[in-house]
Amino acid sequence: MTATKGLRSWLTTTDHKRIGLLYFWTAFAFFLIGGVEALIIRAQLARPGNTVVSAETFNQLFTMHGTTMVFLALMPLSAAFFNYIVPLQIGARDVAFPRLNAFSYWVFLLGGLFLNASWLLPNHPAPDAGWFGYANLTSREFSPGPNIDFWLLGLQILGVASLAAGFNFIVTILNLRAPGMKMMRLPVFSWMTLVTSFLIITAFPVITVALVLLMFDRFFGTHFYLPSAGGDPVLWQHLFWIFGHPEVYILILPAMGIISEVLPTFARKPLFGYTVVVYSGVLIGFMGWGVWSHHMFSVGLGPIADSVFSATTMLIAVPTGVKIFNWLATLWGGQIRATSALHFAVGFIALFTIGGLSGVMHASPPADLQQTDTYFVVAHIHYVLFGGTVFGLFAGMYYWWPKMTGRLLGEGLGKLHFWLMFVGMNLAFFPMHFIGLLGMPRRIYTYAPELGVAKLNLVSTVGAFLIGVSITVFLVNVWRTRTRGKVAGNDPWGGATLEWTIPSPPPPHNFDVIPTVASRLPRWSMTQLKAIPEGAELGTPHAPAGSWWPLVAAAGLPVLALAPLTHTLWVAFLGAAILIVGIYRWAFEPFEA
Amino acid sequence: MLLPLVLAGCGGPFPQSALHPESDYARALDGLFRGIFWWAVLVFVVVESLLLFILLRYRQRAGAATPKPTHGHTVLEIAWTIAPALILVFIAVPTMRTIFTTQAPPAANALRIDVIGHQWWWEYRYPDAGIVTANELHVPVGKPVALEITTADVIHSFWAPGLGGKRDLIPGHVNRITFTAESVGTFLGQCAEFCGASHANMRLRVEVESDSAFRAWLAGQGGMGRLAAKGSVEDRGRDAFRRYGCIACHTVTGVSAGTIGPNLTHVGSRTTIAAGVLANTAEDLARWIGDPPGVKPGAKMPKLPVAPADLSALVAYVQSLK
Amino acid sequence: MERTSLGLDNRKMAFWAFIGSECLLFASLISTYLIYKGRSVVGPYPHDILNIPFTSISTFDLLMSSLMMVLALAAVQRGDLRWAKVWLFLTALLGTFFLAGQVYEFTSFVHEGLTLQRNLFGATFFVLTGTHGAHVTVGVMWLLTLWWRALRGKLGTGNALTVEICGLYWHFVDVVWIVIFTVVYLIQ
Repeated sequence: MTATKGLRSWLTTTDHKRIGLLYFWTAFAFFLIGGVEALIIRAQLARPGNTVVSAETFNQLFTMHGTTMVFLALMPLSAAFFNYIVPLQIGARDVAFPRLNAFSYWVFLLGGLFLNASWLLPNHPAPDAGWFGYANLTSREFSPGPNIDFWLLGLQILGVASLAAGFNFIVTILNLRAPGMKMMRLPVFSWMTLVTSFLIITAFPVITVALVLLMFDRFFGTHFYLPSAGGDPVLWQHLFWIFGHPEVYILILPAMGIISEVLPTFARKPLFGYTVVVYSGVLIGFMGWGVWSHHMFSVGLGPIADSVFSATTMLIAVPTGVKIFNWLATLWGGQIRATSALHFAVGFIALFTIGGLSGVMHASPPADLQQTDTYFVVAHIHYVLFGGTVFGLFAGMYYWWPKMTGRLLGEGLGKLHFWLMFVGMNLAFFPMHFIGLLGMPRRIYTYAPELGVAKLNLVSTVGAFLIGVSITVFLVNVWRTRTRGKVAGNDPWGGATLEWTIPSPPPPHNFDVIPTVASRLPRWSMTQLKAIPEGAELGTPHAPAGSWWPLVAAAGLPVLALAPLTHTLWVAFLGAAILIVGIYRWAFEPFEA
Repeated sequence: MLLPLVLAGCGGPFPQSALHPESDYARALDGLFRGIFWWAVLVFVVVESLLLFILLRYRQRAGAATPKPTHGHTVLEIAWTIAPALILVFIAVPTMRTIFTTQAPPAANALRIDVIGHQWWWEYRYPDAGIVTANELHVPVGKPVALEITTADVIHSFWAPGLGGKRDLIPGHVNRITFTAESVGTFLGQCAEFCGASHANMRLRVEVESDSAFRAWLAGQGGMGRLAAKGSVEDRGRDAFRRYGCIACHTVTGVSAGTIGPNLTHVGSRTTIAAGVLANTAEDLARWIGDPPGVKPGAKMPKLPVAPADLSALVAYVQSLK
Repeated sequence: MERTSLGLDNRKMAFWAFIGSECLLFASLISTYLIYKGRSVVGPYPHDILNIPFTSISTFDLLMSSLMMVLALAAVQRGDLRWAKVWLFLTALLGTFFLAGQVYEFTSFVHEGLTLQRNLFGATFFVLTGTHGAHVTVGVMWLLTLWWRALRGKLGTGNALTVEICGLYWHFVDVVWIVIFTVVYLIQ
């Protein structure tokens, strides 16, 4: 019936668990690529006037580092957990649209390959205008090569993947919950997935429009962002950041969801203030729409706009801070087991707090005018995205590794990984606060020795390489665990949520019987699980069959994107044809879901 | 984490530092920043020490009972919502005040200077004095200055940290930076918005001088380029300046009227060349003229095959343009 | 329909989410149009070139097509395959007339000197209405697919949902057009 082994089974899989694993490994590979890009950047900046790479290569490196980490590493790593864990947490057999799920993954993979293909062409014309590509530097006049074309086309492809996943998870979480799993009994990770999905489906259309307008400027001679005909480069900034700010909440909320699961498990106490934590997440989602121009305080929007966005930005710090206090209160009075997962969750709290505080400094426009576009803001973003999201994701990896693979990652290596990463991260990014205030802007391939920031830059470089070492430790742990990891049963940690009630890894159909849930902590209130009648007819829970069509349809997109790159119309027709055929065959395929 | 602090403390001088304000504008920003900084330190200390305390105090102990499952506490929730909100009010009020004072229209007697950004150099025009110069800005101490800033190509950002915050140069827009410098000295800065290949090399220098020194400088910036004695090496350099096509891009009043590159009428009086990347010495000038893209990747000034004799003549001529 | 937590069919819920997303797409394009309104450096300008009477007929045509869509859905829901075929076809036909009207309008504008490259009005107008037109095109393809299914007897009360969802899409596209017509043509 459905193949379960071999390449074909992976290419046609529609099983959320397999798709989760595909997301995980692909995203981790991109994380490593983005990390190497960072190490080369740090090697170049270790000394003033260094010549490790040329100016143009450096500009490509920081652009690709940012774009890769945001779109190809952090978002898909979160998606890996959405995919694997959310259906298990809500008591479902799969997501609402398994083939759409597969489609999202293949589009992500192909989009990531498309973007990085630029490194492989002669002269490696990788995108080079920064991860937020400001107009009018990105115009054909000032960026004549294909670099920006790869960027805007690659991101449009990736946008489709994110949107499809967003729709899928909204319907899954709202509609596929087990009986009794009321919204206010939903695990916080699933709640944050829901909020993130709403943010995705509303924010991504805006960047799509921004990119399409840029594409028209570059290919069809329009002047959306060009002043010569009355256009305004600031329009790009508005459109980008209206997407960009919700995007950073898309990046952080899943990690906040993860630690909201990890902390209670290892403190042996329920999450403190569940309702407040959930509502704070929702509130952050809404308020995130009202702060975008805090990325534009140096643009000269005027004192009223500056004041309004400053106020909304400071306001959003409140629900964020509330969450931190609730996490602390969760640990308070608990019996804290210092597993690797817990280490990373605690690290998240410590480091995200620092990032949040520098964020408050940025929220004040006059102060920000000395900080924005310098290494100070680079420090801020890495404290929240590395100290926050990456640490949160590693907490999730150590926590859910046994569920996904059946084996526990080694605790000794796990803690070594943590400490090396924690020290490395602080060495790499804390000095950047000073480097920025001492006058070093961001995105410069070299700096003058007179600035006096050489020693701090060297410290930062050492820290970055230490992070690299820590990741190697993690990879060693992963490798050893494959064969020597302790076998995990259903519930190695004593978790509270439904994923811990089934085998590790779960069977294809997840639950033999869909449980009826009576509390927020179903695994901890085991009595209610005895609702499974003895000798009950289990039936044949149908698992979805595989399908080729998501992959075929996905393949249409990069082909379509090749058309402007190669200036050929027939390629566009080919890509559209592949896409349309894929969609039609998909629509009319008999599919058990 | 203390190490960088220590390193930052010892060492210096830090000529591009935002932490040593020397103008009313910079001082306003610095005061605001310090206020926010101490609130941040307070919150940092509270949160991190709480965290540390919790980790030590509530470590798992053998044989301990399952902890009491607390689900929430309304009073606590209210308290730790209101406390941060209050702190934010204490930050917001001076913030709003500072926004409006620093963006207020300049004084009527402010010295107006037009700043036009180019890839990768700065054009300065003093409209009242009819002066055009580049890369090194001179202003008088103690007098209000109003920079009207825009760009000829892509977005740049003018940032001289010691004198104040940055402001973007956006095509089609004119932004403004107003400040009154408080002490004489040299203030370094650089472009702070990624603007292409040589963004890192778009440096700027502000010379704050006494009123008399400023007036003298201003007077010296007017008029034609220094005439070279016939037959001198500078004269041969002027001829090379024409022959190699430099006149097409540069203005030297009385000699050429190009507007693509910086005005060189009094370039000899500047401390640095190539927008702060090289010193204004014979050696560095030769290096620059001989291979501009080699010094500044992407530079629009082409690398031309300049004969050695012409090169030294050109250098002598340029240096003579004081 | 299998049991769902909120009682709403998965596909219908997904489609409403999609429509929400599309609202942001069109809102961004319409905002861009409004931001650049009156900022074209050279003409032709809207008042020079927009033909309200002609476009009103187009608008009426699209509105009528939504009526046809409602009738098509009602027919499918009561199992009346014969009328379902008629109404589905007519919806697609009126949609095609709308597209033909757009093509005619665009080509005449180009002849009068308004192109994508000419000025901001050209750029914002063509991208906004072009995106809408692309959506209408997809809708027509969808309708014709459903019509084809009906011709082969494969449409009935059991899969009325697919027609309902197509109808949701079609009405959405119509509403977007009303907004565009108002913002671009009527309020100048």
